[in-house]
Amino acid sequence: MSASFTVDGKSVAFAEGQTIIQAALAAGVYIPHLCYYPEFKPHGSCKLCTVEVGGRQIASCTTLAQAGMMVESDTPALNDERRALTQMLFVEGNHFCPSCERSGDCKLQATAYDLGMMTAHFDHFFPSRPVDASHPDVLLDFNRCILCSLCVRASRDIDGKNAFALSGRGIKTHLIVNAKSGRLADTDVTLQDKAVQVCPVGVFLRKDKGFNVPIGRRVFDLKPVSAYVDATAALAKEQQ
Amino acid sequence: MSAIADPVGAAVAATTARYRRDPNYILQMLREIQEACEWIPPEAIDGLQDTLHLPRTKIEGVAGFYAFLYMRPRGRYRVLFSDNITDRMLGNMELLRHMCEQLWIERGKTSEDGLVSVDTTSCTGMCDQGPALLVNNYAIPRLDRQRVDEICELIRNKVALADWPREYFRVEDQVRREDLLLGSGLAPGEALSAACARGAQKLLDEIKASKLRGRGGAGFSTGMKWEACRNAEDGARYVVCNADEGEPGTFKDRVLLASHADLVFEGMTLCALAIGARKGMLYLRGEYRYLLDHLHAALERRRRANLLGADILGQEGFDFDIEIHLGAGAYICGEESALIESLEGKRGTPRNRPPFPVTHGYLDRPTVVNNVETLAASCLIAVHGGAWYAGVGTSASAGTKILSVSGDCARPGLYEYPFGVSVREVLAACGAGDTQAVQVSGPSGVCLAAAEFDRRIAFEDLPTAGAFMVFDHSRDMFEVARNFVHFFAHESCGFCTPCRVGTSLLRNLMDKLNNGHGSPYDFAEIEKLNRILQAMSHCGLGHSACNPVLDTIAKFRPAYERRMQHKEFRPAFDLDWALEPARQMTGRDDAAAHFSSGGAEET
Repeated sequence: MSASFTVDGKSVAFAEGQTIIQAALAAGVYIPHLCYYPEFKPHGSCKLCTVEVGGRQIASCTTLAQAGMMVESDTPALNDERRALTQMLFVEGNHFCPSCERSGDCKLQATAYDLGMMTAHFDHFFPSRPVDASHPDVLLDFNRCILCSLCVRASRDIDGKNAFALSGRGIKTHLIVNAKSGRLADTDVTLQDKAVQVCPVGVFLRKDKGFNVPIGRRVFDLKPVSAYVDATAALAKEQQ
Repeated sequence: MSAIADPVGAAVAATTARYRRDPNYILQMLREIQEACEWIPPEAIDGLQDTLHLPRTKIEGVAGFYAFLYMRPRGRYRVLFSDNITDRMLGNMELLRHMCEQLWIERGKTSEDGLVSVDTTSCTGMCDQGPALLVNNYAIPRLDRQRVDEICELIRNKVALADWPREYFRVEDQVRREDLLLGSGLAPGEALSAACARGAQKLLDEIKASKLRGRGGAGFSTGMKWEACRNAEDGARYVVCNADEGEPGTFKDRVLLASHADLVFEGMTLCALAIGARKGMLYLRGEYRYLLDHLHAALERRRRANLLGADILGQEGFDFDIEIHLGAGAYICGEESALIESLEGKRGTPRNRPPFPVTHGYLDRPTVVNNVETLAASCLIAVHGGAWYAGVGTSASAGTKILSVSGDCARPGLYEYPFGVSVREVLAACGAGDTQAVQVSGPSGVCLAAAEFDRRIAFEDLPTAGAFMVFDHSRDMFEVARNFVHFFAHESCGFCTPCRVGTSLLRNLMDKLNNGHGSPYDFAEIEKLNRILQAMSHCGLGHSACNPVLDTIAKFRPAYERRMQHKEFRPAFDLDWALEPARQMTGRDDAAAHFSSGGAEET
């Protein structure tokens, strides 16, 4: 018998060393998240996966599961706060869904819809973030970056290239590429890199292929992000 | 190419050799390269990349995090005015404007001839002798208009910093009240000899019996921390002294390091004895760069006296030495896990905890991180015993606390009191009259109104890292809170969403109120942001970022009411301010360059 805990009353079995979100997602129990990716070590920066345990709010991606733990996740109060976080991410960057190639395949958009976000609520920052179109196969649109550092981790831990990193600090934190020129064309990044495939938003765009799946039939057009057992896998399949 | 023809290459070669090409020292290398080259040119990053075999992204990621490291030229003279509220109260902004006018430059921009830049920075720890500035990271306190004129003259004449009058850089201790610690009179080695005579276990027992608690403000039991580290798994252990004294209004560690460095280093050595560490590191905030040579000299003296090094005081196998790491302008590195990241040459981002540093600290090894004052106090306990120390102060807060007093008072400076002293007693001692408010423990602490002046400095009532900023009735408490909110937005590390975006949203809301666009809606927004920051932030910076606003709204509401000019929501956007960049570009400020609102604006 493996040990278990509950998420909103539903029993979730876990193995020693699993964090709350790892066990929950494996059991088909959805907890909102953006910077978490099943294949990588949890990071804990987006805070969308915050849950309540014993009256305390904690990031479920970095907190180890314990037997008998009673986790609250899908509550109006937590979802209010999560919605505010998605709104913060929307106003921090420049997100224009109607003109974005990733609309319908974007985890930020899907999570915001799922949390009932109707407006950006806060005043937009409208930062100036020039795109990098130097690479023959990949366009980098920094306007959409939510600083989850999934590409950073994928490039470092899977591709072994360290092609990306976060620089700057605070609200001026930004993604950089591994080239003196600062241009993606001068890196060894290729379309096959994991880093190019893990972006939960639309920073990385393939140049040779656009709107392969028409709007309306995309992953999160078909059903909301919370209805997927493994949205990451569904997205990866469509990106093939 | 010869070394002379390639100064950047020479700087890289020198610093990488000094740190044995160990990538953990990348922050120290970047800092030294900047001291040699005045900025960090791309060629220096090439050199580091090749020598250390580090990816460029890693080096640029680190360099971009620290406010004092520049990847673009910022001038031969880089002037940063300290911008704590106490500097503001002493007129720092007028002096900054004056300097910019004298030098014909715009704040934040480098002069076209590449000579000078002028900007602001977070509190530099000179609050009792401000307004202050840093020039190329060296502190100049007690500024006035004449001194600023003189500095402008030196800059225009390109006089090397080393040839500037020495008295400009003189920093006073201003100790106003000594107690156990500042008046200890202990000679170097005295505490260590007593500890060696007792033995490591007995020393630890005395520290535990003393009820000494961390002086950084959190108040964790020092004895428990040392014991947990001693009992952690075998192998290397580390002692870290947290001298990243960044909380605005705090400057006690500056004085301890300037005039009692032996006590601090001896405290670190005591800890090493207790936990079995062979290496210690003191993380000194970049603003205290001027103390570096003095501290190195103190370490050298201690090595010669066999108080550091191998077989300390003749005790076979008691080997311990200390190195100094200099920060580079990042308040967040005062958080112990961010400090450890910075020691490892990384961006100063707080770690996920647990595990805690006592088991997984520097290089993932058991590490004790203690405040400067905590370590110094441990020397007293080693000499006089735990029971003696526990008898001072209150039952929950043993010993004394050094307060850094600044603001509206006749005698700013350091006041050491046994725990339990009331705010009112401190106010009387420092010559504060007509006091409206006291900010205890800096922006992340608490703002007290007159009705609370009988509260006591103690972990059970007012825990504090030491800042004690006094505001009289002439001060606008809204401006105090706005200054603090700007501080948090500037110092947020940017790792987690709520703090990265939330602190900037809060700053914008306070600016909106300041610009006369406030309504009750904005109060509700502030409360909402507070809830999210408290509940969801990654570390204490985000948790406490709203404190100054909530405290001042609750206690000094009229300061906010004055700014609530509307009953209904108003947008923050203002057409006239939006025209400001155009006015700057065209050099105009006449009436026709302004949007005239007339009667149409208000409905």
